[in-house]
Formats: sequence, C-alpha cells, structure tokens
Amino acid sequence: MRAKRSKLLREIPRFTRNRLRNPPNSIVRGRLPRAFGARNDTQLMDRLISKLLFFAACSSTAILALIALFIFKEGVPIMAKSGLFHFLLGREWSPLQGQFGIFPFIIGSLWITFGALILGVPLGVSCAVYLAEFAPKKWVNVLKPAIELLAGIPSVVYGFMGVMWLAPIIRTHLGGPGLSILAASCVLAIMTLPTIVGVSIDAIQAVPKSFKEGSLALGATEWQTTWRVLLPAARSGILAGVILGMGRAVGETMAVIMISGNATAIPTSVLDSVRTLTANIAIEMGYAVGAHREALFATGVVLFFFIMILNIVALKVSKRKF
Amino acid sequence: MKRTFLLVVLLGVVCLFTLGCSRSSNQTITLAGSTAFQPFAEKLAEHYMQVHKDVRINVQGGGSAVGIQSAISGSAAIGMADLLELPQEAKELHPTTVARDGIAIIVSPQNNIQNLSAEAAHDIFTGKITNWKDLGGMDAVIRVVSREEGSGTRRSFDKMVLKEDKLTASSLFQNSNGTVREAVASDPNAIGYLSIGLVDNRVKAVAFNGVAPTNQNVKANTYPLARPVYFLTKGEIKPNVQAFIDYVLSDEAQKTLEKEGLISVK
Repeated sequence: MRAKRSKLLREIPRFTRNRLRNPPNSIVRGRLPRAFGARNDTQLMDRLISKLLFFAACSSTAILALIALFIFKEGVPIMAKSGLFHFLLGREWSPLQGQFGIFPFIIGSLWITFGALILGVPLGVSCAVYLAEFAPKKWVNVLKPAIELLAGIPSVVYGFMGVMWLAPIIRTHLGGPGLSILAASCVLAIMTLPTIVGVSIDAIQAVPKSFKEGSLALGATEWQTTWRVLLPAARSGILAGVILGMGRAVGETMAVIMISGNATAIPTSVLDSVRTLTANIAIEMGYAVGAHREALFATGVVLFFFIMILNIVALKVSKRKF
Repeated sequence: MKRTFLLVVLLGVVCLFTLGCSRSSNQTITLAGSTAFQPFAEKLAEHYMQVHKDVRINVQGGGSAVGIQSAISGSAAIGMADLLELPQEAKELHPTTVARDGIAIIVSPQNNIQNLSAEAAHDIFTGKITNWKDLGGMDAVIRVVSREEGSGTRRSFDKMVLKEDKLTASSLFQNSNGTVREAVASDPNAIGYLSIGLVDNRVKAVAFNGVAPTNQNVKANTYPLARPVYFLTKGEIKPNVQAFIDYVLSDEAQKTLEKEGLISVK
C-alpha cells in the first residue's frame, strides 16, 4: 500500500508533492482573509497569477484596438471628404494641390508583393522540401539556422545592397531606372524566404509518416511521393506560410523605399519604378500637416485592411485540413 | 539590506532626473523645422551655449511645414523654414532671414551636359524633353529624380524652375538631399537637384542659364536658384530668443554658416 502510494506521488511534480507532504501553516490554519473566493493561500496565489496573465493577454489586444482606433480616427475623415472611391481609385497624388488618389500605390504594393512571391515561393518551398525530406542531418544543421539568420538582417541592409549592387546591374543589363519593381521584388523575395521556408518545413514534417510509408510501399519513387503525396498533404500549411510571407512583403518599408524609386505613376512594366503604400507614409510623414497628414493616415487604414485580410486568410487556410 | 540599497539608488536616479528637468526648464529655447538647416542650427546652438551657460537650446527637425506649425502653435519659440514663399497660414508669423541656400541641378559626371537654360530645365522636369540627345547629349532617356511632396527644397525648386507646371509623372522620388545625390551619382542618365553645400565630386553640378552654381554667384545675385532660410517667431519676441537670433545674425555666426556651405545674409 505504502509502496503504491509513493509510486503515485512520484507521478506528481515535485513542488506539488512537497506541498502535499508538508502543507504550509497558512493552509492548515487558514487565518488570512482571502480574495477571489479562494479557499486557501495556494489557491489565492493561483487565481491571482491567472488574473495577472489574463490582463497581460488582454493588454496586447487592447493595444491593437487602440492603434486601430487611432488610425481610423485620423484617416477616415479625409477618406469621407474626398470620397472613398476617389481616394482608392484616384490616379493622381499631389497632396499639396488636394489630390489624394492612392491607386498607383495600391498597384505598386500588389506588383512588388506578387513579384516577390513569384520569385520567392518556388525557391522557398523547394528549399523546405529538401531540408525536410532529402537533406542529410549535417546539412540541415547548417542550412536551417542560416536561413533563419536571414530574418535577422535589418531591412536597411537589404535596401543598401539593393541600391548599391542590384539596381545598377538591372539598369545596365535590362534598362530602365534600375530602382524598379524587379529590384524590389528580388530583395523582398529573399526577405520572405525565412518565413516561407520555416512554416513549410513544419507543414511537411507534420504530414503523418504513414502517408509516406504507404506511398513508398505501393512502389512510388521518392520524388513521386514528395510531389503527389507530401506536398498536397502539406498544402494548407505551406499556403499559410506563403500568406504570412506576403504579409511581410506588404508591410516592408525601409528596403522598399530605398530600391523601388518611389515614382507616383502607375507602372507599365517590371522595370518601372513604383511607390508602395508603406513607402508613401514613410517618405512624406516628415512634412505632412493638415489634410496631407490625414491622407497618410488614410493610407495606413488601407494598409491595415490589407494586412488584416491576409492574416485572416492565413489563419483560415492553416486550420483547414487538406 | 539589498532592498534598501536598491531603493536609495532608485531615489537618487529620480532626483537626478528631476534636477535635470528643473535645469533645462530654466531658460530653454526650442527651434524646430527645416531638416536642411537643422545641422547648421545645431552647430550655432552649441557655440551659443558655450558662451551662455544658463541657456539651453533645443534643436528639432521635422521639416519646414513642421517649423511653421510649431511656431504658430507655440510649441517652438523659433520655427525654421527654407521656403521661397511662406504659405498663407504663416502670415501671422514674423520671418527673419538668417541665411540663404542655393539649389544646384546635378547630373552624373559621365554626362557631357555642362549648362542648362531655364527653359531646358523646365522642359526636362515637366517631361517635355525626355531624351538627352535633344540637348546635345547621348541618346538615352532622362531620369528625373525629385524630392517628396512637402519638402522645402522641392517647393522652392518647383516654384523657380517649373513655375506653374507639374512635375513629370515618371519622376523618381528620394526623401533627402543625400539620397538624391546617391541616386544621381549611380545613374549616368539621371538628373536631380540639391543644396549647393552638399554637392561633391561624385556628381556634377551644371550651370543654370550659363551661371555656375556657386555660393559667390548666389551672393552676387547672378545665380537665381536660391531660397532664404527663415526663423519664424510669433508675436512679442522674448529677450532670450531675440538674443539668440541676434547671435545667429552676428558676423561670427554668419561666418560659421558660410564655412559650412550656406550663404550669409550680409
């Protein structure tokens, strides 16, 4: 009996075990007044800490709510004044003349983001497939941290590289100003790699082993198994990674300002220069007053919706099973 | 014991902070505005504070528009603005011209253009001329680099060169003098503009109507692309603020400005 009891006790974490063996005086005597309807001090502590954690959890949401409220309060009036349609689809941005059309910037953000995905997704997903399925252990140990390190490089360094090295190459070999959609997309593709690779590796590794074993047992080759079984099974996870990477590309500012040229015209080719929504805010914020400033906040509202939609889609997609 | 020690240290830090505050609120002059003039203002403020130990001068940037706004709202005693023409809302402010700043049109050193007439400059920046060969240069598309909407340099340049017309839609934008210089230096077909004081050997400043963009020429009123730097004050000027403005206008301070690349008002 005794042996059985001590065995049972061993299953319980040590802290609780000691508490059970030698209950503190306060629990035994129960003298102190207690809040939250706690029966004893331990329980009081528990409830107190859980309340504290609850507030901590709420505070981050509250900050989000406050930011949203503030952006909307500053940005919505000008949208209403110049007309939502006019604001979103207007082609001319000259705030000092009262022209607030952000259509070229929406197009710019979309071009650069999709450009980054077209370059980054094939590279990222194939990298993830190799690391998750084919790479020898020692290569994984080198490659994976190296890719994660990419995320740690400040975006201004990417931008600097783009301006000094990539833009002149594009200018001399392909023409155009160099500071272009293509340059920005290349740099953003590299910047989104860590997100896409990281999430995709997890998604591929989360596919049950039996899928792969079953496929191999049926006589499929390694490649057929990867292409026909693993990737379709990991599809939703990979898609979520891509959408998260997209969020990063849409929100990137510093690097994009440096390498996209910031022209306000609607681009006609990938060698044209564009301005994104984020760049528009960052570039003009220093000088903006009055309606101009409100228009920049309104740009922020549009950006806010962009990112929200992307994140919600990512959440929905990653929850979907196959 | 440890706790008491920590408490004492904390109290000491708090005391230090409050001490710092009381000292700075003693006699503080705040300047805000033009980012082009900010480094010069900081230099002058430093010199001034070395002599007048009881005065603290606080120099903030933000741009000419912010300078005007903060002078109107009173959040800065002096608003700095480097605009050719002060906007309507600045009418209630009292402007003092403390320096002048020339604007040079720059191209890459590889470009063989040496001079631009006012007309040619107007046509390039409005997009009427789009190829260098129309001006006797190489056969290449002209890449116009401008500043962002709201910049004092941009506003002055637009007023003097573009007159009433609009900047070409294909223009690229950079958000500081330094990045304009970088963009023009690295692109043989680019053209841009920046403060004369910031021209260096990686770019070539072209003559405007045959007059070279130098500070001497601006001073002699032969080079027309220049703008004044204003100190804007509102209503009655406090004696300590007036003293600082007098210092900035003094021979010594003006000489410093000239050495740093600006143009003195005298």
